[in-house]
Amino acid sequence: MLKPITQPTAQPMNIDCPLPADTEDTIRLGHGSGGELSQNLFRDYIHPYIKNPWLDQLHDGARLPFTGARLAFTTDSFVVSPLFFPGGDIGELAVYGTVNDLAMSGARPMYLSCSLILEEGLPLKTLAKVMASMGRAAVQTGVQLVTGDTKVVERGKGDGLYINTAGVGVVEHEWEIAAATICPGDRILLSGDIGRHGMAVMASREGLAFDTPLQSDCAPLHEPVHDLLQAGIRVHCLRDLTRGGLATALVELARARGASFLLRESEVQICESVEGACELLGLDPFYVANEGRFVVFVAPEEEPAALEILRRHTVSAGSRTIGLVTEVGRPDVILTNFLGCERLLDLLPGEQLPRIC
Amino acid sequence: MCLGIPGRIEEILNLAPLERTARVSFGGITKDINIAYVPEAVVGDYVIVHVGFAISRVDEREAQRIFDYLAQLGELEELE
Amino acid sequence: MKFLHEYRQRQDIERIARAIANMTTRPWTIMEVCGGQTHAIVKYGLQRFLPSAITLVHGPGCPVCVTPLEIIDQALAIASRPDVIFCSFGDMLRVPGSTQDLLAVKARGGDVRMVYSPLHALDIARQNPERKVVFFAVGFETTAPANAMAAFLAREQGLRNFSLLVSQFLVPPAIEAISGATDSRVNGYLAAGHVCAVTGFESYHVLADTFKVPIVVTGFEPLDILQGILMVVRQLERGEYQVQNQYARAVARTGNQRAQDMLRQVFEVTSQTWRGVGEIPASGLRLRAPFSSQDARQLFASEKSSPCDTSGCISGEIMQGRKKPNECPHFGQRCQPQHPLGAPMVSSEGPCAAYYRYRARGITGEAVDAQTNNPTNSSAHEY
Repeated sequence: MLKPITQPTAQPMNIDCPLPADTEDTIRLGHGSGGELSQNLFRDYIHPYIKNPWLDQLHDGARLPFTGARLAFTTDSFVVSPLFFPGGDIGELAVYGTVNDLAMSGARPMYLSCSLILEEGLPLKTLAKVMASMGRAAVQTGVQLVTGDTKVVERGKGDGLYINTAGVGVVEHEWEIAAATICPGDRILLSGDIGRHGMAVMASREGLAFDTPLQSDCAPLHEPVHDLLQAGIRVHCLRDLTRGGLATALVELARARGASFLLRESEVQICESVEGACELLGLDPFYVANEGRFVVFVAPEEEPAALEILRRHTVSAGSRTIGLVTEVGRPDVILTNFLGCERLLDLLPGEQLPRIC
Repeated sequence: MCLGIPGRIEEILNLAPLERTARVSFGGITKDINIAYVPEAVVGDYVIVHVGFAISRVDEREAQRIFDYLAQLGELEELE
Repeated sequence: MKFLHEYRQRQDIERIARAIANMTTRPWTIMEVCGGQTHAIVKYGLQRFLPSAITLVHGPGCPVCVTPLEIIDQALAIASRPDVIFCSFGDMLRVPGSTQDLLAVKARGGDVRMVYSPLHALDIARQNPERKVVFFAVGFETTAPANAMAAFLAREQGLRNFSLLVSQFLVPPAIEAISGATDSRVNGYLAAGHVCAVTGFESYHVLADTFKVPIVVTGFEPLDILQGILMVVRQLERGEYQVQNQYARAVARTGNQRAQDMLRQVFEVTSQTWRGVGEIPASGLRLRAPFSSQDARQLFASEKSSPCDTSGCISGEIMQGRKKPNECPHFGQRCQPQHPLGAPMVSSEGPCAAYYRYRARGITGEAVDAQTNNPTNSSAHEY
């Protein structure tokens, strides 16, 4: 095990910073031009929520200490609409999403960049809320947002706000955690119930109300992953579920490895609210987006220990074994239902659409 | 052609004849549904909902029939 | 969920399956009319529970699949207009017209919006008085009352910017056309449960008598479908041909009178073209004259065309139960959900999409032996 990298102590973030007084104003094209307006935007609506030595220096690039361990590097863009949904917002998603991508390589997430594309007319108050959210998520996950960029597009050319985050993390082990490492016999573990994020977002668009409000499962996943690795569990593969849901993530892995997976539908948990919403709209929960769930592939002898570790964390308290890898040679994801009937899971041609028929 | 889901009427919201609306629950979720075509339905009734409209009331007694039939089948099987 | 889960219990399903097997002495071909029933049969693999003597064929009860190309092309032309907000159920968005689908129109800048209910389209019309709002009113008798209400409310509330592009179909004429064909091999029918919840089933007696086919009004859960099949088989074995109601918990003999009253006010029966099948007399609905200002087919008549279908899709034979999806030469090859030749592969109720989506191992929908790649009777795979 390599030594963890030490980093300069970051200043504690001031999450109590009040919103700027001028809260009726909106983004103007000038905010993206790089001049005085841009500087003020950063000073008043971004920097107050994200404090660290790199951003304080106001350089274009951040120079980061690194001691030769393996680097994990990822990027993702976030275009969710609405910007604020039950259980989260685009700011949190933008941090957690990239943190999770790094965690899925078995890396410890460390530094993020953040590029904003703002639509002319976006209320500044909205920007401040999103940045506050990003700042909180960064503190919670222990990452630093060390560099960024802001551009503005004309009214009508953006959905309010798009965010791209790129992230680097350090890989503190020598294993290859990837589809290529998946072996026949591996157990497939799923960290919790499915469909919350997609249905929470859709609910606010379709006027569905929930008896107990349905929250997105948007959450960082690096801690249970870290504990698995610390405990010496030889994790073969990790994948977080995002758009396209559980089915898409597994089909992609099966294709990447050329392996057959066999799943038991009864082991995949779906909460009552998600189930009801899916029945009503004619959606298949296996294809509904998640933002705080992941699958783990481990050898059968490590299954009990892996489940025990996962279940210690709130975010993966509902971990179960949902299937196994049957063979390598032909890519298949087969779901057996309660009737013992097998069904082949495939990628959807596009976005899953509600149906009336 | 017919994604119709059974839901329970929790509350009647609007009494105007054509726009008679109820809050209907489906498992853990609720949605406002037009019940103009099933005006005799009351709170506690189950209705079949298709594209935002209740098209029929569920007869709970009839719903039970198939299980009575299954129970008979089960008894016949035991005799064999 | 109540009134759903109880009808999905394995031991009940197996029990009814045994009863069917015990009473079946001869081969029978049964057609389920409704796309929703097709979906359930394929999704739950119900064919596996039936004796091999019973063949299920799939009927034309998928309005997405049978909406003629001409109407789809008119929809696409209307949706492309800058002065229009085009509202549609999700099912219609990927159906290919002559050259493109509604999602492609949206990508090019058309204001195409998916709605769950026609009432939502009415709301959009209220919120956008300066734009024309057109709702794609597709469906069978189940959806007709909702579409009728939208037309009625629009007229009553003076929503002058709202219209419907109607593509409404009726089930009984389709059954008549299928059984009336000289080479019909259908011995009995599972009638569409939710259609009959609206219409009742009195009009099915003449079909049963004329063609000597048992017709059982059936629901959509696995247990419903198997019980429906049991009731059809029992009649066939006894040489009976009556109309029976399996779905009595939701269907009354006379159906929903209020819904029927609204349908009579707003719609009238008309001859209708079914995609791939052709024109069937008195098999569709159109808006009555008082609603002509809500009739998008008339308001946007300039967007009409007479396309010809050169796709190679054999939907007519599929929708009439003459061929199964896996018997189509293009199935799974040229024709897949991501590049469909026709509507049955696009609509989630379409038989081809159902076969493709729920296929087990082999592309054919039958299980394929893992060692030999030959079709085999699928057996439960326990691990």
